[in-house]
Amino acid sequence: MKALSQRRRHPLAAVALLLIGLLFTGGVYALASSTNEAKAQTFSADQVDEGEKLFVANCATCHGMGAVGSENGPSLVGVGAASVDFQVGTGRMPMQMQGPQAQVKPPQFDDEQTMQMAAYVASLGAGPAIPGEDMLDTSDADPANGGVVFRVNCAMCHNAAAAGGALTRGKYAPALSGSTAKHTYEAMVTGPQNMPVFSDANITPEDKRDVIAFLETIDEQGSPGGADLGSLGPVSEGLFIWVAGLGVIIAFTVWLTARSS
Amino acid sequence: MSSTTTQSTYQPKTNVGKITNYVDSRVGGSGIVKEFGRKIFPDHWTFMFGEVALYSFVILLLSGTFLTFFFDPSMAETHYEGSYIPLRGVEMSEAYATALNISFDVRGGLFMRQVHHWSALLFVAAVSVHMLRVFFTGAFRRPRELNWVVGCVLLILAMAAGFTGYSLPDDLLSGNGLRIIDGVIKAVPVVGTYISFFLFGGEFPGTVVIPRLYVLHILLIPAIILLMIVIHLFMVVTHKHTQFPGPGRTNDNVVGFPVGPVYAAKAGGFFFIVFGIIAAISAAFTINPIWNYGPYDPSPVSAGTQPDWYIGWVDGALRLMPGWIAGIPLEWNIPMPWGVNTLSLNVLLPALVPAGIVFTLMFAWPWIESWLTKDKREHHLLDRPRNAPFRTAVGVSGVVFYCVMWAAASSDLIATHFFVSLNDVTYWLRVLFFVGPIIGFMVAQRIALALQRKDREIALHGRETGRIVRLPHGEFIEVHEPLDEYKRYNLVNYESHSVLPAEADVNGHVTRTEKARGRLSRFFFEDRVAPVTPAELEAAHSHGHHDAIAEQHDKAAVSK
Repeated sequence: MKALSQRRRHPLAAVALLLIGLLFTGGVYALASSTNEAKAQTFSADQVDEGEKLFVANCATCHGMGAVGSENGPSLVGVGAASVDFQVGTGRMPMQMQGPQAQVKPPQFDDEQTMQMAAYVASLGAGPAIPGEDMLDTSDADPANGGVVFRVNCAMCHNAAAAGGALTRGKYAPALSGSTAKHTYEAMVTGPQNMPVFSDANITPEDKRDVIAFLETIDEQGSPGGADLGSLGPVSEGLFIWVAGLGVIIAFTVWLTARSS
Repeated sequence: MSSTTTQSTYQPKTNVGKITNYVDSRVGGSGIVKEFGRKIFPDHWTFMFGEVALYSFVILLLSGTFLTFFFDPSMAETHYEGSYIPLRGVEMSEAYATALNISFDVRGGLFMRQVHHWSALLFVAAVSVHMLRVFFTGAFRRPRELNWVVGCVLLILAMAAGFTGYSLPDDLLSGNGLRIIDGVIKAVPVVGTYISFFLFGGEFPGTVVIPRLYVLHILLIPAIILLMIVIHLFMVVTHKHTQFPGPGRTNDNVVGFPVGPVYAAKAGGFFFIVFGIIAAISAAFTINPIWNYGPYDPSPVSAGTQPDWYIGWVDGALRLMPGWIAGIPLEWNIPMPWGVNTLSLNVLLPALVPAGIVFTLMFAWPWIESWLTKDKREHHLLDRPRNAPFRTAVGVSGVVFYCVMWAAASSDLIATHFFVSLNDVTYWLRVLFFVGPIIGFMVAQRIALALQRKDREIALHGRETGRIVRLPHGEFIEVHEPLDEYKRYNLVNYESHSVLPAEADVNGHVTRTEKARGRLSRFFFEDRVAPVTPAELEAAHSHGHHDAIAEQHDKAAVSK
């Protein structure tokens, strides 16, 4: 101990301290980020090769050869298989046109082709993997907890009833009704479009399952009080009472004051 | 005197007659029935919105009473154990838990909640439409100015009743709404924070605001509304109902049906129609699905958080206000001897100024108009909106002003549903906030004047029949069919204000306000369409007129 304290004014002490600090933060980061790392997912070399062909033919125009990105699209190195499965599987990619945000449309590729492209992109750098069946199993999940997590983390953009909402400059958070459990999970771990990434350190895999269970529950139960008018809250209710409610009442007032001739 | 003789001589024969006579000889109800039953009300569909409002209020009282049986306005913490699965075990207030219980575990509770909320929306909507009718037809003029003021008070009370009720379930949506109100209160310079702490019993949200709002919602506000309704209706009886002008309808009579039996039956039936419409809507369409929003917690805010429609315009004004204008912040920290005070004009201005303008003009309009036109006479005949272009234009201008703010409250939904940028929606609405009322004024005034010109044309030359006749010398003319006297009466019988220049007072001095009035009068009444005079009518129908041949032809056609 004395030896250490004697050398504390050594010219290299600062450098040594910096090194220790860097090693420590780096080590902690590596440890922490490993929780987000993909579960080992194996793609065959064949899938990667086929995926590369599809990528070159359909994606490279914007994302560049080797997926390193261009001025029209970001680099895909390290985005992971989950990102490809989400973007291509929901039809968002390939984009129909440049715009504030990629629109949902019928998927352009079948599941096999999507997997091949995912395999190719995953081979470029480590990233979130496509969640397996066990990660999406909501049979013992807690939808009530999912609701709490959803309201705190998701509702400010997606609306408390998951009906979607507006973001700036033409961007928006889509309605989540009808979204599959896999795509919902992938969206949380990859943060597509303007969505932030909800890593496993932020929302644990169990909480993610609960969120999915919550979304499934409110989707299945429908609207207990009758037609939900788009779950848009007081605006659609106000519009309804002014147009339909008052409309019917005016029809009756006209009828009541009409002279029988 | 006569009643005592009647009492002694009249012997009822039926049982109903005996009971009625028994009651009448003790409390004398027949006089009231005789007087009130012969009261005449004119018939027009636009006269029924006040009734709709009254009936909605009755439905509110009935359904609200049911809800109080099961609702506990307490902010005590509890864990939900009811039958709605997605909220099981979630920590929440008693208020929210009991509101959920009403929705899912009380038989008919959800239906009654929806009846209550839908009729609240209808109540304020009916009040608004009723006020628009009164405004655009000039029914607020002497002697009804004070009743107009009572109506304005009722509108504000209706909004207050709605807002306090909206806040009661203590769900995320209503909590966000209360947070905005809290923000507005705190924006009041110097005392804002104290008022907020006083209202919420400490820092927002505290534990007392729901019980306090409950007392206001179920006791104080409905009681004042009831009192105001009584005054309102009493004045309607005193003033008698207004009517549209027409043959036989003068400023001194009321043409219509008596209360008993026609109106009593119609009005009673109409109550059930309104109730039925609300019940049908409540059964088929959900309103305020509080289970979607979850319990209130100050940290989450849901996208698409809006107040109910009648508060929307204030929310919209807040959304439109920029935080900075031309690089100048609207929020200042002003050092004071006792510390630093914050002045948040970015909240204070949009929350108070538009509402201040709308309500001030609304309350004062009857007096503004009579000052402008120097018309202090009694008016029991209504104006068709086109025949008072200045008033119609001012009203449309106000409606546009309101609607721009109203639209701004749903700017996010406009953006997502019409695929436009939220920022652009806000920029356009900011422009419309200032330009819209001016455009509305000009367009409405021009349309009113054009309609008046059309009326004048029809009154003078008759209706275009679409029949083209070729005359012997080759000319083609269209035959105009003259109106019958009843229809023409409606087109020619109105008053048209003309410019009244500033006049000197008794001392021969023209005051500054009088000069301003003169200028305003010129602005409002410079363009006018005068009613058709009998001389003009005579001239139009005389043989020297350019249409003479057509007229002759026409008369021949009519006489056949």
